Amino acid sequence: MKSVVRIQNSLHRFFDGDIWYSFKKSKVTIIAACVTAVFMLAAIAAPLIAPHTPFDPATLDLMDASTPPAWYEDGTAKFLLGTDDQGRDIFSTILYGSRISIFVGFASMVLAMTIGITLGLISGYIGGAVEAVIMRIADVQISFPAILTAMLIYGVAFSLLPNERHEDLVVWVLVLAIGLSNWVNFARTVRGSTLVEKNKEYVQAARVIGRRPTTIMFRHILPNVMGPVLVIATIGLAIAILTEATLSFLGVGVPPTKPSLGTLIRIGQDFLFAGEWWIVIFPGIALASLVLAVNLLGDWMRDALNPKLR
Amino acid sequence: MIALIIRRIFQSFIVMLTVALVAFTLFRYVGDPVSQMVGQETSIADMERMREELGLNDPVIVQFARFAWNTLQGKFGISYRLGRPVNELFVERLPATLELSLIAALFSIVVGIPMGVYTGLYPDRVLSKVFQAISLIGISLPTFLIGILLILYFGVILGWLPTFGRGEVVQLGWWSTGLLTVSGLKAIIMPAFTLGMFQLTLIMRLVRSEMMEVLRTDYIKFARARGLTNRAVNFGHALKNTLVPVITITGLQIGSIIAFAIITETVFQWPGMGLLFLQAIQFADIPVMSTYLILIAFFFVVINLIVDILYHVVDPRLRFDKAVAAG
Repeated sequence: MKSVVRIQNSLHRFFDGDIWYSFKKSKVTIIAACVTAVFMLAAIAAPLIAPHTPFDPATLDLMDASTPPAWYEDGTAKFLLGTDDQGRDIFSTILYGSRISIFVGFASMVLAMTIGITLGLISGYIGGAVEAVIMRIADVQISFPAILTAMLIYGVAFSLLPNERHEDLVVWVLVLAIGLSNWVNFARTVRGSTLVEKNKEYVQAARVIGRRPTTIMFRHILPNVMGPVLVIATIGLAIAILTEATLSFLGVGVPPTKPSLGTLIRIGQDFLFAGEWWIVIFPGIALASLVLAVNLLGDWMRDALNPKLR
Repeated sequence: MIALIIRRIFQSFIVMLTVALVAFTLFRYVGDPVSQMVGQETSIADMERMREELGLNDPVIVQFARFAWNTLQGKFGISYRLGRPVNELFVERLPATLELSLIAALFSIVVGIPMGVYTGLYPDRVLSKVFQAISLIGISLPTFLIGILLILYFGVILGWLPTFGRGEVVQLGWWSTGLLTVSGLKAIIMPAFTLGMFQLTLIMRLVRSEMMEVLRTDYIKFARARGLTNRAVNFGHALKNTLVPVITITGLQIGSIIAFAIITETVFQWPGMGLLFLQAIQFADIPVMSTYLILIAFFFVVINLIVDILYHVVDPRLRFDKAVAAG
């Protein structure tokens, strides 16, 4: 019973708070949140809601190939957004594609966040030579575009791995590549906030009662620097999804056998000249609206969590 | 000033050394250079002799020094995939990428600054709202999607512009330019627009927020009180003071334009360095990869250096502060 009351209380506090208030006030943010939620749910439930299983060759029929969307004369209600050159239903491939895009985006953002928070806390709290080394590495890395770093990690990882393992590991290699190329923003922000927090009284108190540095860093300081981290994480998610899509589009990402949104656009590009625009445009719209929605959420969060603007 | 430049050059040197070290590590330890170069039938004794000739048995420090020395002389090794010297490949491809990047950068500055000034001066006009909406789309739409949409509309539906390649090129010594022929000029429009779009939105938003901030300051009010024309106040006083951050960001972005050209070059099959690098990644062609890395790092370092120096030339406060601090 006690825990129910506690949950009720905290829910109450949340809905009374100014973050919820600023959320309710902004229509754009509500729409963005809905779009994001729809994408997340669709990605999770893709096998349940997809009308076809596009990557099972047994269900494909070449007779269905290159069907235009349903509202065209040649289209059928069976394939709402048309089919590609192998008769795969575009709507279903988008559902499965978003699943991979969102998974890679999320996992690499979490990896970048973990690395960034850890290094940021260490360099902010310990300081000295450790800090200097970490921050110099960050400086050098941030002076290159993240996508270039990601490509390089991808290329190196694959020249080290045996050829026959590539297809199984490609998703994880992408997570690693994108994660490792985006940690710097997290680290810089966390370090900055840690420098402020570590001189506050609660940290001194924790030190006086003899808590270990790791406990102080992760149990005491970390919860107090999470606000800005959440903002960066949301925008970082949009960046990660976009990076994955770009890499897959360039052909250094997810292979066509289990395509993400970026791979779908890459495949569809070849059919533009035949006038089969739906193969590329619909995955494109899906990707753009997903990224736009997450970006708008991030923008709102930055304003809502910024104490200066309250 | 001179002390600053020397310090900056030293820092750039350290960065280049780090990048060279990464490139060397790639070159030396990812894959075996000897087995990449020889055929199936080469005997182990031959491979061992090649190893000795190539100096792969020397201490690592010596190898790195040799690698750095070769790099300085422009000897980047031989491409595994194409079997040709890497520097030849890059010399062929460099003009295409640089022309594309330059046109894209010019486009983003020439269009982005006026758009930013306009939205900053009249934030409530309809046109400003339109510009703002465009900039949001420009940031959220992935570059390659913009390119594809352009191809679909202007290339496939209207048939006005070529959808791939550089058009006809003219050789000026070793530099091949597409800017002197009609087909070359037509071919560069869409790629340059695609590449410049993101920078354009960035510059526009920056100029807009800087303008709005500057217009609130006392010296602008004072300039108006003195009865200066709107034009003199807006451009002579306000815009001039927004230019310091704009120069910095624009300068630093030129490096990213060159790197992001990889995407545009793929969409439009533009025969530049980016396309070369991308193919190198797919084939694990390490010499090309490490050369591209060093080259891009070099561009970045040089641009950063120039921006840093410009910063001090443009902003008198920085010079003054230094003089006071020194005195």
